[in-house]
Amino acid sequence: MQQDSHTWMSEHPKFQELVRSRSRFAWTLSWIMLLIYQGFILLVAFAKGFLATPIGDGVITIGILIGLGVIVSAFLLTGIYVWVANNRFDEINRELIKEVATR
Amino acid sequence: MISVKRVTGLSLALCAGLCVALPAFAAAVEGPVEKQATNWPAIGMFIAFVLMTLVITYRAAARTRSAADFYAAGGGITGFQNGLAIAGDYMSAASFLGISGLVFSSGFDGLIYSVGWLVGWPIVLFLIAERLRNLGKFTFADVASFRLDQTWIRILSAIGTFTVVAFYLIAQMVGAGKLIQLLFGLQYLWAVIIVGTLMIIYVAFGGMKATTWVQIIKAFLLLFGATLIAFLVLWRYNFSPAELFGAATKVHPKGISIMGPGNLVSDPVSAISLGLALMFGTAGLPHILMRFFTVADAQAARKSVFYATGFIGYFYILTFIIGFGAITFLMSDPSYFKDGTVAVANLKGGTNMAAVQLANATGGPYLLGFISAVAFATILAVVAGLTLAAASAVSHDLYASVIARGRASEQSEVTISKLAALAIGILAIYLGYIFENINVAFMVGLAFAVAASVNFPVLLMSIFWRGTTTLGAFVGGMLGLISSVAGVVLSKAVWVSTLGYKEAIFPYDNPALFSMPIAFIGIWLFSKLDSSKRAELEERAFDAQFIRSETGIGAATANVH
Repeated sequence: MQQDSHTWMSEHPKFQELVRSRSRFAWTLSWIMLLIYQGFILLVAFAKGFLATPIGDGVITIGILIGLGVIVSAFLLTGIYVWVANNRFDEINRELIKEVATR
Repeated sequence: MISVKRVTGLSLALCAGLCVALPAFAAAVEGPVEKQATNWPAIGMFIAFVLMTLVITYRAAARTRSAADFYAAGGGITGFQNGLAIAGDYMSAASFLGISGLVFSSGFDGLIYSVGWLVGWPIVLFLIAERLRNLGKFTFADVASFRLDQTWIRILSAIGTFTVVAFYLIAQMVGAGKLIQLLFGLQYLWAVIIVGTLMIIYVAFGGMKATTWVQIIKAFLLLFGATLIAFLVLWRYNFSPAELFGAATKVHPKGISIMGPGNLVSDPVSAISLGLALMFGTAGLPHILMRFFTVADAQAARKSVFYATGFIGYFYILTFIIGFGAITFLMSDPSYFKDGTVAVANLKGGTNMAAVQLANATGGPYLLGFISAVAFATILAVVAGLTLAAASAVSHDLYASVIARGRASEQSEVTISKLAALAIGILAIYLGYIFENINVAFMVGLAFAVAASVNFPVLLMSIFWRGTTTLGAFVGGMLGLISSVAGVVLSKAVWVSTLGYKEAIFPYDNPALFSMPIAFIGIWLFSKLDSSKRAELEERAFDAQFIRSETGIGAATANVH
């Protein structure tokens, strides 16, 4: 692409919307993952007793559920991203590519 | 005086990085390596695996002609296949045997590690995978140098790649040698030579096609084997995890305390620092980043991370069940322990053999043989991926771009890559041999710290920040490299345990908490200070790069012949 088409694309409202919404979404999810994981590490470091608390009268503890929960949350967050990207971002992207082709 | 501490177990090599990060762990899993009696079912199944991979390599070699075939498997890998291959590249013997062994010895603490190894994947997906595929062709240096100076950025990326691969590869080679010695009763040197030779054959002849299929088959076998053991364990407890955990707390010497955190995390700063290295290091591992060029487009790259995260997460949940299964099955049978005394440290072969011994307890000698063969296959797939990444940095980044300045023919580039794979393989065998008795546990931790402090910041800043210049990226990346390597060398694991000095100069176990900000601030500062004409052109070239990275317009299609 030439310089003028770069300017055209950079200033295209659809492109700006795609970039803005996707990067806001991606960074938000990244922060959520970072907070979940570092939160877990801080609990392990400072709240050992809390994590070792059994649930009900069984042997399974809050810590086991939280630990497995972090693993599941990583998978769910990737699933959410892929779902939104497939359904929302890809569509805007396809429209943009179509506009470039017919321009 | 330099005292080289003799490693008393494959534990240290295997759980590489994990132990170093938190020394309490090292003590928990140490155990002497004894050469085992020759294990024929295991050797038979291993030979079957090797023959299958050699057939695949032969067929892949016949269809590997262009550079795109060699580096990126012709771009014809689907998202699902790539997800399995990434999982195969990432799930090492360390995570399988090391984490299940850690769960066996301390229960809950094993979970802390498996969580750490997984959380980097969402970051790879959210920030890196699609943009990497849109901008690059064969290596991550393609992306980092997209609008920056080819020579300087490719040299920096190659240094980052070699450092990460060298430490990761040495740890894997030493672990492989000890593991094979233990599982098959082979001599250490022979074990290292066999691993090195096979990885040279896969990479030099079959390129990315053969490497990918070795990783896919290995991932499938490992997931199948681990699922089978977990199934047999849960079967005995009516598929009730509560019953399994209950039985484990009754036979484990530590009793109910295995259900909560032990003393693995005693120093929060080290734990957070290791956490950062694992989380962002994953997004800077050259052999993992390379895998995104094997798929058709950004959508497939995105899907492959989703599948990979699912497979890896599932696998870590299995290792948790396997570790608890090892507690209930093995600790109720004194014949698995030396002198018949049930204690964690007395497990025959050391605690890293918990999963292997459990295979015997649940499925007899044939399942034992199968799991042993799978553990070996696991190592082969990981070292092949690492070798390919380093060989590509030699041929695609250094030879084609820096030395030949883009004028090399495709054929000569591929030939250089094959020769590089041969040289790297021989070097890896040699390093594996001389490091046999040296504590290599810190090396995987170091590999992740370097990946998080060099490759990741350079990649992220060049993709997202318009102001990044060649000077900034190069100086910042080098500062990240120097500070992360220095942090590890001056930490307890190397300065005290390996070099024999009295007191560690750097007080924490992992440098990432400090070296990552140093790299990012370095890139920012030296980019700001850079007022050259080149810097101005580089900033102006950002728009074109940004449009391509966000939309995929103009992205390379790998399968051009």
